[in-house]
Amino acid sequence: MKSFITQRLLGGKSGAIGFLIISALILVVFPLFLDLFRLNLVGKYLTYAFVAVGLVLLWGYVGILSLGQGVFFGLGGYCMAMFLKLEASSPENTAIQSTPGIPDFMDWNQITELPWFWEPFSSFGFTLLAILVIPALFAFIIGVAMFKRRVGGVYFAIITQAIALILTVLIVGQQGYTGGINGITDLRTLNGWDIRDDSAKYILYFVNAFLLLACVVLVRYLMTGKFGRLLLAMKDKEDRVRFSGYDVSNFKIFIFCVAAMISAIGGAMFTLQVGFMSPSFVGIVPSIEMVIFAAVGGRMSVIGAVYGALFVSFGKTFFSESMPEVWLYLMGALFIAVVMFFPNGLAGVYDKYKGKLFSLLNRKKTGTPQDKVEPSTKSNVVAEPDKASLSVDDAHSEKSTS
Amino acid sequence: MEYSFAELQAIFVMQGFAGLSLFSVLLLMALGLAIIFGQMGVINMAHGEFMAVGAYTTYVLSTLTEEYFPGAMDVYFLVAIVASFFIASALGYLTEWGLIRHLYKRPLDTLLATWGLSLIMQQLFRSIFGAREVSPTLPDWLMGSYQPTEMIDIPLNGLFVLGLTLFVTVGVYFLMYRSRWGLRVRATTQNRVMSGAVGINTKKVDRLTFALGCGIAGIAGAAFTTIASTGPTTGSLYIVDTFMVVVFGGAASLFGTIASAFSIAQAQSIMEFFISSSMAKVLTLLTIVLILMLRPEGLFSSKIRK
Repeated sequence: MKSFITQRLLGGKSGAIGFLIISALILVVFPLFLDLFRLNLVGKYLTYAFVAVGLVLLWGYVGILSLGQGVFFGLGGYCMAMFLKLEASSPENTAIQSTPGIPDFMDWNQITELPWFWEPFSSFGFTLLAILVIPALFAFIIGVAMFKRRVGGVYFAIITQAIALILTVLIVGQQGYTGGINGITDLRTLNGWDIRDDSAKYILYFVNAFLLLACVVLVRYLMTGKFGRLLLAMKDKEDRVRFSGYDVSNFKIFIFCVAAMISAIGGAMFTLQVGFMSPSFVGIVPSIEMVIFAAVGGRMSVIGAVYGALFVSFGKTFFSESMPEVWLYLMGALFIAVVMFFPNGLAGVYDKYKGKLFSLLNRKKTGTPQDKVEPSTKSNVVAEPDKASLSVDDAHSEKSTS
Repeated sequence: MEYSFAELQAIFVMQGFAGLSLFSVLLLMALGLAIIFGQMGVINMAHGEFMAVGAYTTYVLSTLTEEYFPGAMDVYFLVAIVASFFIASALGYLTEWGLIRHLYKRPLDTLLATWGLSLIMQQLFRSIFGAREVSPTLPDWLMGSYQPTEMIDIPLNGLFVLGLTLFVTVGVYFLMYRSRWGLRVRATTQNRVMSGAVGINTKKVDRLTFALGCGIAGIAGAAFTTIASTGPTTGSLYIVDTFMVVVFGGAASLFGTIASAFSIAQAQSIMEFFISSSMAKVLTLLTIVLILMLRPEGLFSSKIRK
């Protein structure tokens, strides 16, 4: 049992240390040292981290780059926003409208009846289910259509990008049903509980943090063990896995759905914490920014993805406030630098110096330098296929020795 | 509202011509991309920005001509097209040398790096030319319209762009399929190692191919200025459409690119007459995505063994 927790859920000793550090940072350090406004911002960044964690699974492990993860973030966010909006548009609150009881933007667009697809979202249970099921279903359809025909690589990236564009144009164009470019705004209560007051903001922050950590553990669980090895093998030599009798496309579809669901949870938490949802979190630009979160963190490191999301979003807020014209240069340079010089991101830098760091610490403690460094299975990312498959062998030897 | 037959005919012709204008711009942009993506397998997300380079070059030349050689206003536009080509291709050459050549084995990373490049270029445009949209002063012979009948009204700038597109397409065809250089490019696409073995300098081929693709994007930008004004983010508005054109047509097929640009542009502009333009765009893109799901290799796939 104990080895199940440390090996499968936390990813060994170094993984457990990393997990403890990030938990302490999110659950203790930020709430203690940041005022509520900043904490709310951090909460918003952490909702992006959900998408980045999903991308680590999808891109880092299976090698599928989706440029449409904003779609799933948006679907989750819009599901939650529709529920909150219906609650905020009770007939008493909207008595001044020509049709009371429907959301204000529908009234502005001369719609007199609640559209059929809005109806079920008055139920909280349905909404929670929809947040997970709708994105998963959507991902499933895309996944079946693409992976069964062995579409992958850049084609998949382009097509998911087109899907993100389609959804954005649709949301913006159908103003009466979706709130248009402004999105769904002015959200107030969740089952009568005011989500805008201070205590609610604290509670939502912690709910968000726990959900994120749970997703991290879930992804860790999927990555370790036989299943994770298979994913890695698929990324390195897909044909060999297929020839060994595995149905590669089913694995890909499954992972795509899981990543979609994780992103959707992030989107729903975003709506709750920020109080609105708009198409600017669905389209091509946010989707590709979410990829850079994962890339900065290290595309094969789940915890790195959380740091990446925090780091890049913090930078974005900081520079957009002080010198907005510099930010796009920095962002562009970040894309190029991460790809050219740090393909393993922050996690790669950490892994590179981890050995030195630990041996330094150990020498101080015991006086004997320890040369055994954990084989870094999670870092040999973009290396040539043969090198990466070596790392799979490493993983096996690690398992047999432990 | 009832239309008479003659009116319907006129609407059909004009709407069809609007589609042809869209087709010309899409095709000009897609040709460059088809060369880069189809022949080299490189995703250049900054392609739209190379187009903007062409558009801004035209704008600068127009302002300079107006300032110093007002008499040359009639011919400056032709010079601008050539200049756009050379400036954009020079930038493309530099990009290939500085960025792309390090990433040939990692196509997805190229995508991210060129996206970063596009962000930098957009901000550069904004810093130099301002956030407002600009448009060059067009020579007189591009203004006005051609009226074959009472009701039909065809703008001259659209005709010019159509002609330019035909010229560039034919040029690309001869370059790719009827010249030694094109032979080398196609050989490198089909088998890089073998091409190297028979003495083709594949690195040089790559660099020139990329520069050519960017140069054509520059021409597209110059042509674009006759139809709409240019802003820092103009390029990024068209990039997804352009990629869809190339993928839909079948990446390595010149004929496929032409056919898909034509069908996409016509579908969109004819639908725009009946439903809102955003819904027309949604329906067009959705149809392409659905067709691509059924036929991932595009309309006309090349018979290359992968």
